[in-house]
Amino acid sequence: MEKKNEKELVPFVVLARYYNTTLTRKYLNRPKWVNPVPGEVKANLPGTIVSINVKEGDHVAQGQLLLIHEAMKMQNRILAPFAGTVSFIGVTPGQAIKKEHLMVTITKDNE
Amino acid sequence: MSTITNKILALDEKIALLQKGGGDAAISKQEASGKLTARNRIMELLDENSFHEYDLFVEHESHDFGMDKKKLPGDGVITGTGTISGQPVCIYAQDFTVAGGSLGLAHARKITKIMDHALKLKMPIIGINDSGGARIQEGVGALAGYGEIFYRNTIASGVIPQISVILGPCAGGAVYSPALTDFVFVVDQISKMFITGPNVIKTVLGEEISQEDLGGARVQAEITGNAHFFANSELECFDQIKKLISLIPANNKVKADEIEAAEPVVEKPIETIIPSDPHQPYDVREVIRTIADNSDFTEVQEMWAANIVIGFGRMGGETVGFVANQPMVLAGVLDIDSACKAARFIRYCDSFNIPIITLEDMPGYLPGVDQEHAGVIRHGAKMLYAYSEATVPKITVILRKAYGGGYIAMNSRHLGADFVFAWPTAEIAVMGPEGAANIIFAKEIKEAADPAAVREEKVQEYIDKFANPYVAASRGFIDTVIRPAETRSYILHALALSKDKEEIRPEKKHGLPPF
Repeated sequence: MEKKNEKELVPFVVLARYYNTTLTRKYLNRPKWVNPVPGEVKANLPGTIVSINVKEGDHVAQGQLLLIHEAMKMQNRILAPFAGTVSFIGVTPGQAIKKEHLMVTITKDNE
Repeated sequence: MSTITNKILALDEKIALLQKGGGDAAISKQEASGKLTARNRIMELLDENSFHEYDLFVEHESHDFGMDKKKLPGDGVITGTGTISGQPVCIYAQDFTVAGGSLGLAHARKITKIMDHALKLKMPIIGINDSGGARIQEGVGALAGYGEIFYRNTIASGVIPQISVILGPCAGGAVYSPALTDFVFVVDQISKMFITGPNVIKTVLGEEISQEDLGGARVQAEITGNAHFFANSELECFDQIKKLISLIPANNKVKADEIEAAEPVVEKPIETIIPSDPHQPYDVREVIRTIADNSDFTEVQEMWAANIVIGFGRMGGETVGFVANQPMVLAGVLDIDSACKAARFIRYCDSFNIPIITLEDMPGYLPGVDQEHAGVIRHGAKMLYAYSEATVPKITVILRKAYGGGYIAMNSRHLGADFVFAWPTAEIAVMGPEGAANIIFAKEIKEAADPAAVREEKVQEYIDKFANPYVAASRGFIDTVIRPAETRSYILHALALSKDKEEIRPEKKHGLPPF
């Protein structure tokens, strides 16, 4: 709940012109955009890993079950986004994870 | 003694017992936590001796979990009528000393009864919330109670002013009645509002947060925008409510009380507020204070989305609503929060016959992925909708920048403004000179031997051509260019001309604003 920099005038660019102004706490804490990496399967809710159905090096088909992630009392089936090889597994069964945790990485088949 | 005297004595006893609420121990506990009791809150807020209580004798009818043996005085809520500076109001206050102010069906029915009363008699309803939530022993009866309150909040919306005061916990379903009302008041360290509390969040998500950081008064006033007025104490909060009640009408069929007009008291000349350097900010509230009666401005949602300023003042004795871009915060850009804030205020003013005065100085919309992905298109459209829909007198003064979509959105002539005035410092254009020059003269700048020099030259060319109010004035989009010192007199004149303004809209059930 710090009020850092809130009252300090800073240059702020809107459509190529800068304006000296103050920034709000909410603006400073806004979510920053991160480009998604294809094949990185991240948790879209915090929860717990129930089971893992693949291991590193496995070849998976598109839609194949990777793991079960329990969140909000629902067991969610996490599926492969496309066919490829499981190159990384970032969770273990029973592990509690936060939102955006990298669970599995799939490397796409060479076409 | 006669039987009549005995009966009256018995009544006195009953009243005294019931008015004690949860009893001395519970009252001490309430006071020790820094809170007034429900009854004292009503006494502090209303005019002396004006409170008339209803339904003190109401009892619940639940039997399960030992409830049949529990007497709950007033069923945990005090309801009645009274006056605030002579204005009749209906009021209810949840009594935390009685079963934690929990809401059961009888409790809810007391509230809905006083709400019905307020709607029928066309007067404001004030609800003081201080409750642990649904009375779990009653099960679905408690949920029914909440639903019946929400329904009435909705039916009464835009007909009578509805004020919610959060003076304790207000969690789960309970938060939705305040959310449906017009103005929410919170007090630092006392108000707590959330849908799911810290315990549930910790269990389900593993995230640890205090009640205060999750949904305390400051969070509701600054981050979420759920609260409209923030106070440091309950008494300060009651003063804010009294002030607001004095400014707004009792219902949608009447105008707010007019008082004697008064000149502004601020002595700073209005034209000295705006810096000559277009990159420098100023506090637009100073402009409002130089034109409002007595320089008195009651700001609404002061901390949230501070890049737009909204609030009430008086001009010529009449209540008006101000909407003003705030260059001091985020350069005064429009974004999701500021559009939502302004749109709702505009609709409030329109519902309750309050003319809207718009002061414009904005560079455009806030750029950002977060804004686009969170739906700035849909939310920004709320402002266009609210201004276009409003039929109260609508007056705009363009102080400085009026660029692009913001020019349209800030109550332009094209959205139905009745009067549009501009200061000679106004710049009405599709975008700022730098951005415009970069696009129009992209080729010349790129191919020039000295691109920076050419760019500067072209920026100046654009400034000379468009960074003024006269192009818009030549099209009749603004009515006239005025000297800043004439702002108040032009607005007063416009308000006087608009007394009998009438605008007829096609008949419809309701519009579809981009909710």
